[in-house]
Amino acid sequence: MTEVLKPSDSSQLEDIVKWAIADEIPLEIAGLATKRGLGRPILGKHGNKGNLVIGHTVDLSSLKGVSLYEPDELVLTAGAGTPVSDIEELLESEGQQLAFEPIHMAKLYGHEGGTLGGLIACNLTGSRRIKAGSARDHVLGIKGVSGRGEYIKSGGRVVKNVTGYDLSKLMTASYGTLAALTEITVKVLPAPESMTTLLIFGLDEKTAQRALSSAINSSHEVSGAAHLPVRPAARLSLSDIRNEDSSVTAMRIEGFRPSVVARCESLKKLLNNFGVIEEVDKENSVVFWRDVCDVNPYNEMKEPLWRLSITPSMAPTIVEKINKVIAGCAFYDWGGGLVWYKLDEYLNDAGATIIRDVINTNGGGHATLVRADDNIRSQTDVFHPQTLALAKLTSRVKNSFDPQRILNPGRMYMEV
Amino acid sequence: MKMPEPDKAVIERRTQIISSLMKFVPNGSIISEKKELSVYESDGLTAYQQVPMIVVLPETVEQISQVLSYCYKNNVKIVPRGAGTSLSGGALPLADGITLGLGKFNKILEIDYDNRCARVQPGVTNLAISEAVKGHGFYYAPDPSSQIACTIGGNVAENSGGVHCLKYGLTTNNILGLQMVLADGEIISLGGKHMDSEGYDLLGLMTGSEGLLGIITEVTVRILSKPTSANALMIGFDSSKQAGKCVANIIADGIIPAGMEMMDGPAIEAAEAFVKVGYPLNVGALLLVELDGPFEEVNFLIDRVKEIANSQGAVSLRVSRNDEEREQFWAGRKAAFPAIGRLTPDYYCVDGTIPRSKLPEVLDRMSELSKIYGLKVANVFHAGDGNLHPLIMYDANNPGELERAENFGSDILKLCVEVGGVLTGEHGVGVEKRDLMSVMFSEMDLNQQQRVKCAFDPHQILNPGKVFPTLHRCAELGRVHIHRGKVPFPDIPRF
Repeated sequence: MTEVLKPSDSSQLEDIVKWAIADEIPLEIAGLATKRGLGRPILGKHGNKGNLVIGHTVDLSSLKGVSLYEPDELVLTAGAGTPVSDIEELLESEGQQLAFEPIHMAKLYGHEGGTLGGLIACNLTGSRRIKAGSARDHVLGIKGVSGRGEYIKSGGRVVKNVTGYDLSKLMTASYGTLAALTEITVKVLPAPESMTTLLIFGLDEKTAQRALSSAINSSHEVSGAAHLPVRPAARLSLSDIRNEDSSVTAMRIEGFRPSVVARCESLKKLLNNFGVIEEVDKENSVVFWRDVCDVNPYNEMKEPLWRLSITPSMAPTIVEKINKVIAGCAFYDWGGGLVWYKLDEYLNDAGATIIRDVINTNGGGHATLVRADDNIRSQTDVFHPQTLALAKLTSRVKNSFDPQRILNPGRMYMEV
Repeated sequence: MKMPEPDKAVIERRTQIISSLMKFVPNGSIISEKKELSVYESDGLTAYQQVPMIVVLPETVEQISQVLSYCYKNNVKIVPRGAGTSLSGGALPLADGITLGLGKFNKILEIDYDNRCARVQPGVTNLAISEAVKGHGFYYAPDPSSQIACTIGGNVAENSGGVHCLKYGLTTNNILGLQMVLADGEIISLGGKHMDSEGYDLLGLMTGSEGLLGIITEVTVRILSKPTSANALMIGFDSSKQAGKCVANIIADGIIPAGMEMMDGPAIEAAEAFVKVGYPLNVGALLLVELDGPFEEVNFLIDRVKEIANSQGAVSLRVSRNDEEREQFWAGRKAAFPAIGRLTPDYYCVDGTIPRSKLPEVLDRMSELSKIYGLKVANVFHAGDGNLHPLIMYDANNPGELERAENFGSDILKLCVEVGGVLTGEHGVGVEKRDLMSVMFSEMDLNQQQRVKCAFDPHQILNPGKVFPTLHRCAELGRVHIHRGKVPFPDIPRF
């Protein structure tokens, strides 16, 4: 029988994992379980007597609370089960933020909220990636229980640290397949005092890509560079943009006020040839980038959704080639490096073969099937298939943490 | 510090190993003469020396793959080496091992401005990357002080930082892809030009793995557009405590300077005597703060930092008037190590990180230790990120003084861990801090790290004797301990 077990501290979590190892029962690791739709459905496992053992769920949401926050040291430690919104509120009260700009992904699956552990385990990184890095760049230390039932720690609370292997990065983005995280220490940064977004309407995708690229290549420290074609733009929250009935190309400038003013002026001159440039103030910028980060244009839908991480300059070409075969629509973040591609039709493999072929032959990268029904996700590779040598190495790394395949088995790859 | 006992059987096979290697690499790529081998006997940590059994200088990735595959099958150890500038003995040779020099991998393969990255071979120097892209207004951000000599492959292996990593991050935050050869000779690629690598973050794991997990054969680095202007402040305080408070207040004010460095009295005096750039000599601590970005931003922030410094009781304050003067401010800091070297026959550079707020406590206890050990110490400090570099002065010709300096260094690092910091901020564990690892990690933590090592290198042929205090056999580490017969946790809430 499937149970939900809710440990109230790391030693109870250790007990649960040890018991699961002894009884060979797979465990689903969850925080608030808002992103169950991300990754492959967890595999049940055949027990000793040939019977199918369905796993239990470990609910980590009791391991919550901020245990350390020192604003002038730019560091925060919290339980893995701490709601991200609690952390964001606390940081805001001190004029700080999680600089990697978390994606609040739950909405794609019809939920709200999520925990720090889930955010880090999935390395969910928004538009500020191009300037500030990914979630993994801001993780300083992690504690957790491995699939061997051992309470382990990696890293610490300081930024400069090369003591031992960086297992914190390894556990980040491992989707709970290496360890059930209990505590995470992240670097935080001052929130910008001022923010302006520059918009250009009506560009086609290739021209938009060129505009974004020259903006990022300039010295004006652009912290967001996105392009939304007509259809996704029509689903944005800001009515002024929505009602333009046009594609929109957006660049964000943040920082101290005099700097933002100066950089906006320079950037406008630089991009003069691309068309009329409009400015969006801080309040509306926040709304706009929240929409882009959280993939809001594709919320409240059920169609399969892909996340493409690709060579930025290749983005329009890749999308054009996919569109020749599949009916779907894309929007671009990270100056083209990140593409959200929503299918308009239902295909058996959600278009996996064609999408991945196009990426593999156009500069490389990877595609993740972020949303699709359980059936498709159990039959199609959700994560980009690896070369044989890399897949073998991945499997050996999994082995080193979780040889019995207790933690989230099959969530990333069938063998892992 | 003891290295693992050399395997006599391997040393006896030396001639046979050389003739086997000659099948894989061209003439002149193998060094086996004693005199030539001694060039490689140590790296930047000169206190330790060991002549390698053989040095191999391959020219292609295929050659590396063949050499590794041979060594894997024949149980021959390998020590990778870039420019040999490691300060922790990461490239210290083994008497029964091959030193694999990557110096011939010195080409920049591609510069892609559209995607803001460059593909380079591991033997390219850190500075050469910035030099190659500067014509287009770009640079490579991490700038370790050895950047003229150190190679990007070594930077990846050690996760090198530098003065500017406070704002721009370490090596790990500035690379996008790697090509590497695994211990068994298999060639794999991680990441690429896209901005997050797929699957497990093996790119992150490789960075800072000190040559124990694979041989890096190609690196894709991010390049950044150069800030249009930069300016620096040189601020004197009566005490390090005040200077530390000033640093905290600058950051609390939302300012992340491009660099923020502190020197204590002895370091200031030594640097000024050496480079004569006008450092104030009547202060207890000197703070260098560099701000970069658009002209308007830099001007605005200079005024804000001035205000903060004055409110913290700065006793002297100068703002650089031009780039030349800014570089002069830095010249003293950059020359701090050789400057100390003029005052003492030998010095030992320690590298620990602490939470910044603990600085006054750590400095006080360090001066107590200085008295106990009877050795002088000068401090340079990456103040923004809490990375300390105490320079312990000693004379190796005095019997026992090297050991005393090392023990003093160990005590400082233990102190760093005690106050919530770590054993090494940027120089790596290598052989130098290997035996201190258990101060920071439990046996369980270290075993897990070694299991990861086993996943990459099951025969442990890559750089053994570094990083881990105790070598365990992979088979022994792999065992799962099963705890049966327990009542399954009656206290845990179930739903």
